[in-house]
Amino acid sequence: MRRLNAYALTFRLPIIIWQAIFFIGPLFFMIAMSFFLVKNYRMVEAFEFKNWDKMLSRNYVWDSYWYTLGLAALSSAVASLVAFPAAFALAYRSSESVRRWAIFLLIIPFFTSYLVRTFSWYVILAESGVINAGLGYIGLGPYTMLNTMFGTIVGYMTLTLPLVVILQTVSLASADRSLIQASQNLGCPPWRTIFAVILPAAKTGLIVAALFAFILSFGDFVAPYYLGGSKPPTLPILIIDTTKAGQQWPRAAVVAVIMMVTLFVVAFTAIFLAYRKRGSK
Amino acid sequence: MTKGTSGETLALTKRTLLQTSAAAVLSAPFVNRAWADTVELNMLGWYGTAEPDMVGAFEEANNVKFVPKYYAGGDNMLAALAQNPPGTFDIIHTDAEYAKLLIANELVMELNPDDYPMDDLLHEDFAKFAGHWDDDGNLFSLISRFGHLGVSYNKDALSEKEASSYDSFWMPKLKGKVGHFDWHLPSLGQMSLLAGNANPFDIDDDAWEAVQEKTMSLKPQVGGYFDFGGTFAGLKNGEMLAMCGIGDWVTGILERDGAPVSSVVPEEGGIQWTESYSIVKTSEKKDMALKYLAYTMSPEGQVKTAQMLGYPGHCVTGAGRALLQKEDEAEAKRSGQIKGHKNEPIALIDDGRISYRDIPVQQDLEDWNDFWSEYKNA
Repeated sequence: MRRLNAYALTFRLPIIIWQAIFFIGPLFFMIAMSFFLVKNYRMVEAFEFKNWDKMLSRNYVWDSYWYTLGLAALSSAVASLVAFPAAFALAYRSSESVRRWAIFLLIIPFFTSYLVRTFSWYVILAESGVINAGLGYIGLGPYTMLNTMFGTIVGYMTLTLPLVVILQTVSLASADRSLIQASQNLGCPPWRTIFAVILPAAKTGLIVAALFAFILSFGDFVAPYYLGGSKPPTLPILIIDTTKAGQQWPRAAVVAVIMMVTLFVVAFTAIFLAYRKRGSK
Repeated sequence: MTKGTSGETLALTKRTLLQTSAAAVLSAPFVNRAWADTVELNMLGWYGTAEPDMVGAFEEANNVKFVPKYYAGGDNMLAALAQNPPGTFDIIHTDAEYAKLLIANELVMELNPDDYPMDDLLHEDFAKFAGHWDDDGNLFSLISRFGHLGVSYNKDALSEKEASSYDSFWMPKLKGKVGHFDWHLPSLGQMSLLAGNANPFDIDDDAWEAVQEKTMSLKPQVGGYFDFGGTFAGLKNGEMLAMCGIGDWVTGILERDGAPVSSVVPEEGGIQWTESYSIVKTSEKKDMALKYLAYTMSPEGQVKTAQMLGYPGHCVTGAGRALLQKEDEAEAKRSGQIKGHKNEPIALIDDGRISYRDIPVQQDLEDWNDFWSEYKNA
């Protein structure tokens, strides 16, 4: 039997307590709340399946679910694809100091409010905005970009892209250089080196980056509301709408639990894929 | 060693440091006592109700500090009340349909109508406004201001005549340019008026079915569903050329800044929002809260509520309106608060063109919200 290591426990305990108080506890409360009832605009403790019945039988809930899932997957794919060339350049074509500065600059957007950054897109994407004004000079447009899916994706990129670039850069920079050199010495063309050597070597980091983009987009309220015009609403918007319907927090909890379960499934699948050894079953 | 301005040398020795620290510690209770004289009033209200333009003069005159907690939509107000311990808030500023829930749940204290100029109210309905009084005729919530919801529009895209019917939302030139304020009550209330329901919130199931059908037909025209910030930005940058579910309380702010937008009560009628103040039963500062309520009904207080920078409203007292006309004629004219004006709000009520906003009477609130979610997803 292993002895309890007091030294290790001292360092591990705070994070365990933190998670228990601020994650596990609220999570269980949220699950419990999904069975409560609302009477006369007040939540009443109960154990009834009415909220689950109600929410799972509504088409609009499923419409929102599939739309949110698809949108988050699209955001994850777009962020990964757009970030990759930049991350590749930073990892393999830049000096150490340029990489350091680039990562610093990528962190800077997080210093400002995401809401403010989102609202600033109004000036750029509006029909009377910067992009359409530029396109107008060459006889194009105006195009509607705000209150569309495109607007939502732009918002998601504002949230996720810097993080994805950073994670991809770190991951690519950590790939075993000797493997890359070996493939080049053996006459492997550049594109094949990328697909056969670099991508598998950096697989874990790339998948984790995509996973972060998915998680952030799936739970984001701001971009689909302010840049997508809530048209159609995503699950986070549905949560807000539900609470506006006579204090239906238990039904909002049902939506939140559905979101949590989805995120757990996606995250575990991604982690499994990220750490799966080649050839293993 | 540091040098004073007079030239003498100040030695920062251990002793002087200890003496200074001890003096600071010993004087702290007196400093605290001086601060304690300022009464903190915690206000739960719509945005702007506890900003300096609204409460600054009262704060200064009474050594009060307002601490606001803002919400948007009555349900969020109820949520804030439920999520905070009793005694957190002293004053609640809310709409009539939610004030009646506060009264039903016995959350607010009874008020004495004799403390307020009830005989100077501009309309007889205001004196016994539904939702502000309990079934036994006791006053619990004090009316403070009101406004009308109708068709809000971009003047470069629509004329006032075109905007004078809810049917304008279906005009081909507005395809994708009609926005909704993202709250089911005002938008569905307006659709109910368009469907010919004299009392838009008290409709039977057949009429409710017709309202849903009519609303659903508007979907191809809709450009988005917005909160206050989004509504404001959408109208300002021209992304939305007409808005359903709002009125002068949004366009008035933009109009003051010179934006080409306006609101009109259409021929099918408009919906009135009516705001009031209540004092929370558990408040420990009831005296000061009562004083503030009296202030909001004074002519000065009424002018401030009409001019509120957060969003404009109409005075409810004759003396308030008279002072507004004297002090800010431009705003009185802009908002129609002048007798004989074509959009004079009291005349609109007298002409039967205004319905007071309410929660659904014959359906559950959640039925309306369910439909709203379906509509947004359609």
